[in-house]
Amino acid sequence: MSAFQGTAGDSGPDRLGHGGTAPGRLHGAEHAVGELMAKRIVVGYGFWIFLLSDIIMFSAFFASYAVLVGQTAGGPSGRDLFDLRNTGIETACLLLSSFTCGIASIGAQAHRGSWFYGAMAITFILGAGFIGLEAREFAGLAAQGAGPTRSAFLSAFFTLVGCHGLHVSGGLLWLLTMVAQVFAKGYRADILRRILCFSLFWHALDIIWVALFSMVYLMGAAA
Amino acid sequence: MSHAEQHSDPNLADAVPGYERHAGEEFSEGLGSYLIGLGLATLLTIVSFFIARTTLVWQPSIPVALAVLAIAQMGVHLVFFLHITTGPDNVNNVMALAFGVLIVFLVVVGSLWIMAHMNQNMMPMDQIMQMQR
Amino acid sequence: MLGKLTWDAIPFDQPIPLFAAAVVGIAIICVLAWVTLKGWMPYLWREWITSVDHKRIGIMYTLLALVMLLRGFADAIMMRSQQALAFRSDGYLPPEHYDQIFSAHGTLMIFFVAMPFMIGLMNFVMPLQLGIRDVAFPTLNSVSFWLTATGALLVNISLVVGEFARTGWLPFPPLSEITYSPGVGVDYYLWSLQISGVGTLLTGVNFVTTVLKIHAPGMTYMRMPMFCWTTLATNLLIVAAFPILTATLAMLILDRYLGFHFFTNEAGGNMMMFMNLIWAWGHPEVYILILPAFGIFSEVISTFSGKPLFGYRSMVMATMAICILSFTVWLHHFFTMGAGADVNALFGIASMIIAVPTGVKIFNWLFTMYGGRVAFSPSILWSIGFMVTFVIGGMTGVLLAVPPADFVLHNSLFLVAHFHNVIIGGVLFGAFAGYTYWFPKAFGFRLHEGLGKAAFWCWFIGFYLAFTPLYVLGLLGMTRRMQHYDVAEWRPWLLVAALGAAVILAGIILQIAQLAVSIRRRDALRDATGDPWNGRSLEWATPSPPPAFNFAVLPHVEGEDAYWIEKQHERREGKPGQEPAYAAIEMPRNSATGFICAFFATFMGFALIWHIWWMVFLAGLGAYATFVVFAWRDRVEDIIPAELVARIDRAYRQTRSEALARTQAAS
Repeated sequence: MSAFQGTAGDSGPDRLGHGGTAPGRLHGAEHAVGELMAKRIVVGYGFWIFLLSDIIMFSAFFASYAVLVGQTAGGPSGRDLFDLRNTGIETACLLLSSFTCGIASIGAQAHRGSWFYGAMAITFILGAGFIGLEAREFAGLAAQGAGPTRSAFLSAFFTLVGCHGLHVSGGLLWLLTMVAQVFAKGYRADILRRILCFSLFWHALDIIWVALFSMVYLMGAAA
Repeated sequence: MSHAEQHSDPNLADAVPGYERHAGEEFSEGLGSYLIGLGLATLLTIVSFFIARTTLVWQPSIPVALAVLAIAQMGVHLVFFLHITTGPDNVNNVMALAFGVLIVFLVVVGSLWIMAHMNQNMMPMDQIMQMQR
Repeated sequence: MLGKLTWDAIPFDQPIPLFAAAVVGIAIICVLAWVTLKGWMPYLWREWITSVDHKRIGIMYTLLALVMLLRGFADAIMMRSQQALAFRSDGYLPPEHYDQIFSAHGTLMIFFVAMPFMIGLMNFVMPLQLGIRDVAFPTLNSVSFWLTATGALLVNISLVVGEFARTGWLPFPPLSEITYSPGVGVDYYLWSLQISGVGTLLTGVNFVTTVLKIHAPGMTYMRMPMFCWTTLATNLLIVAAFPILTATLAMLILDRYLGFHFFTNEAGGNMMMFMNLIWAWGHPEVYILILPAFGIFSEVISTFSGKPLFGYRSMVMATMAICILSFTVWLHHFFTMGAGADVNALFGIASMIIAVPTGVKIFNWLFTMYGGRVAFSPSILWSIGFMVTFVIGGMTGVLLAVPPADFVLHNSLFLVAHFHNVIIGGVLFGAFAGYTYWFPKAFGFRLHEGLGKAAFWCWFIGFYLAFTPLYVLGLLGMTRRMQHYDVAEWRPWLLVAALGAAVILAGIILQIAQLAVSIRRRDALRDATGDPWNGRSLEWATPSPPPAFNFAVLPHVEGEDAYWIEKQHERREGKPGQEPAYAAIEMPRNSATGFICAFFATFMGFALIWHIWWMVFLAGLGAYATFVVFAWRDRVEDIIPAELVARIDRAYRQTRSEALARTQAAS
C-alpha cells in the first residue's frame, strides 16, 4: 500500500474506516453525527462490557470475603474495627463525586469549560478525600496489629476494600489525564468518548462502593 | 459505519450506557436526572446507616434490609447516573448487565453454598495442623 | 540490586534444561540473524509487529500457538518416555524436574497453544465473515496479542533462568504457598498468567463488542455464520470467567508476596476456597476452548457437504445454552473435596445436562452431512475424526460427572485420558481443521493435501494409541503425575502409550513437512479465485489474501450463507454483479503501542518474579507512559485512495469472472 494520507482526528470524518468519502469533501451535519454516534456506541458498549468484567472480578474478591469473614484467627473482627462515622464520610465523598462527575460529563458534552473543569476539580478533591480517609483507616488498622497478615478475615477485607481503593486511585490518575487532554486538545470527538468511558468507570466505582459499605462495613458492624 | 453504508440493523440506533441522548440539548435537562439520583441515593444511604445501628428493627432482618437497600441504590445509580433504561434502544446494555448480574450471583451464592458445606464437613484447619505436631 | 537473581538461577548443573535452552537459544539467534541479514526487519516491523490488522494479528497468534505446541509436545514426549522407563527405576528425570515438566506441559498447552490458536482463528475469520473491515478496537487487539506473547516468553525464560512451578497447571495451595514453594517457579507461573490474562480479557471485550455492534448492511444476528455465534459465546465466557482467574491468582500472589492468609494453613486461611474459585474459572475456560472448535466444524462440515448447516436456530440456542450452563457445573472438578451429597448431586446433574446441547450440535452436524456430497479433504477428515473422538470423550465425561464414580476415578489416569480426549479430539482437531480450511485465505495457496491426510491419520491413530491405555490404567488404579511406579500390571499399557506419542510425533513431523512443501510448491497450490472450497460465507468473497480493507465495498447481506446467495445470483446471471462505486477507505493506523507495552510488561513480570523492585517501578512507569503517548495521537487513521481500492478490486473481479466463465463453459 502506498500514498497514504493522514487525517487529523478532529477535522475529517471520524469513523471505523468502513468505506466513505474522499478526504476534503464535507459531510452534511447529520452524516457526520451519524458516524460519530456509531463510534460512540461501539466504544461505550465496549467499555460497559469491560466494566461488567471488572464487577465480576470484584465479586470473586467479595465471595472470598464472605467465606472468610468469620476467620479472625482469635484476632479482631469487623465489629471491633469498623468506624462507621469514617465510612459515612467516605460514602458521602464518593456519592457526591459521582454527582459532580455527572455534571462534568454534561459540561463536556456542552463544551462548557467552566462546568467541565470546575466539576472535574471537585470530583478529584472528593475522590482524593476518599482515598485519604481510606489510607488513614488502613494505616490505623495496621498500627493496632490488625493488618492484612493478622488473619484471613483481615486479608480478605484489605484486599476487597483495597482493590476498590486502587481502582479509585487509578480513576483519579485517569481524571487528571482527561483534564490534561481537554486542556491540550479541546473537546475532540475521541476525547469526549474517553470522558464518557471515565464517567462510566467512576459511576461503576460508586456502585461497587454501595455494595462494599452495605455488606462489609454496615453488616460487619451490626453483626 | 459511514452514512452510505448505514444498515437497517436497529442496533445502530442503540443507546450508549452513560450517555444521555438529550445531552446535546438543554443543560438543565441532563442535570435533573443527576439531581434526582443524588437525592434518592442519599436517602437510601442514610436509611442503610440508620438500620445498621438501630434497635428499633427486628435484628435478624437487618442483613436482608441492608441487601435490599443496597440493591435499590445500585438501581438508582444505574438509572439516573448511567441512564440504563428498559427501552428498545437499550436492549444490548440491559442484556449485558443481566448476564453480568447472573454470573455475579452464581459465583457469590455458589461459592458461599459450596464453602459452607465444605467447612461443615471438613476438620478445621488449626486442628489439622495440630495433628501434624 | 537484582533482587533474588543470582548466577545460581541458571541451571549449569542440570544437563537436560541446559541443553534444551542452548538449542532454543541458538535457534532464536539464527532466525534473528537470518531475518536481519535478509533485510526483512523493517518489513516485519511495519507490516507485522506494529500491525493492528486483525488478519495479521490472527496469523501471529496462530504462529505462537504452533511454536508453543512444539515445546508443549516435547514436554509430553519426555513425560511418556519417563513413565515408560520408570518401572522399578528412577527413569531419567528426577522428580523436581519431572514435576516442572508436567506443570509446564499443561500450562503451555492450555494457555499458550489452545487459547492463542482459537483466538487467532477467531481474529482472522470473524470480521471477514461479518463483512466488516476490522474488529471494534484494533490497537487493543494488538496489545492483547503482545501481552499473550509476553506470558509465553516468561514461561519459556523459566527454563533458562530459574525454574518453573512444580504444582501442576493449576497451583493448588498450600503447596503453592511460599512456605512449601519458596522458589521462583510458582511466581513465573503467576505473573505470566496474570499478564496474558489481561490480554485475553481485552480480546473478550473486543470481540463481544464487534460481534454485537458491527455488522455489514443486512447482517442481522440470525444471518451470522455459526462461527460468529460461537465467537460471541466464547468471548462472553472470557469476559465473565477471566476476571475470576485474575482475582484468584492475585490472592495467591498476595499470600506469597505480602504474607496474606487467603489460602494458608495458618490464621484462618482456606485452601479449599482456591479450588472453588479457580475451577469457577477453569470450567468456563474449557468451554472457551471448545466453542470456537464447534464453530469451525459447523463451517467446515457445511462447506464440504455442499449443504447449508442443518438446524441453524437450534445450533444458536445450543451454543448460548452451553455458554450459560458452563457456569453451573464447576464443582465437578472437586467432587471428592468434601462438599457433601447435596452439593455433589446438584452439580453432577448440571454436568449431565450440559451434555445435551452438545449432543444437539453433533446431531445437527450429522444431519448436515446426510444427503450432501461430502468431499474428503483433510478438513473434513479432522471433522469426522472429531465427531468420533469427542463423543467418546464426552461420554467418559458424563461418566465422571456421576459423583460416586468420580470418587474412584478422580485424579487417576482415567481423568487424564478424558480431558485429553476432549481437548485433542475437540480443540486440537478443530484447530487443525480450521488451519487447513482457512490457510489458503490467509496466504493465497492451499496446503498440500496428501501430507495433510497422512498427518491426520498419524494424529488420529496416535491419539488412540496414546490415550486409550490411560483409560485402562485409570481403572487399574494408576494416579496421575507419577514419576515412577512399581506395579507390573501397568507397564505394558504405558509402553503402548509411549508408542502412541511417537505416532503423534510422526504426525507433527508430517505437518511441518506439509508446511514446508506447500510453501515450496505454492504456485502449484495457488488459490487464484479466493474461494478454493466453494464456500458459503463472506470470507470467501475476498481475494486470497484479502487486502487490508477486506472488502472494497461492504457487502449487502440478504440471508444466511451470504456468499452462497451471491454466487447463486451470479450463476443465474452468468456474470458477476455490477461494479460498485468505489470510494476512499479509512483504516486504523499501525501502532507500536502493543509491542512496546508488552516489552515493559515482560520486564515488569521478570522483575516481580525476582523481586527487583526498582525495575518493577520503572517498567510500570514505562507501560503507563506508552498509554499516554498512544492517547495523545492526533492521526489515528490512514486513507486508502479510491483509485487503489478500485484497482485491487477490479483485479479480483477479473479473476472471479474468469473462474465463473470456466464453470459456465464446463457445465
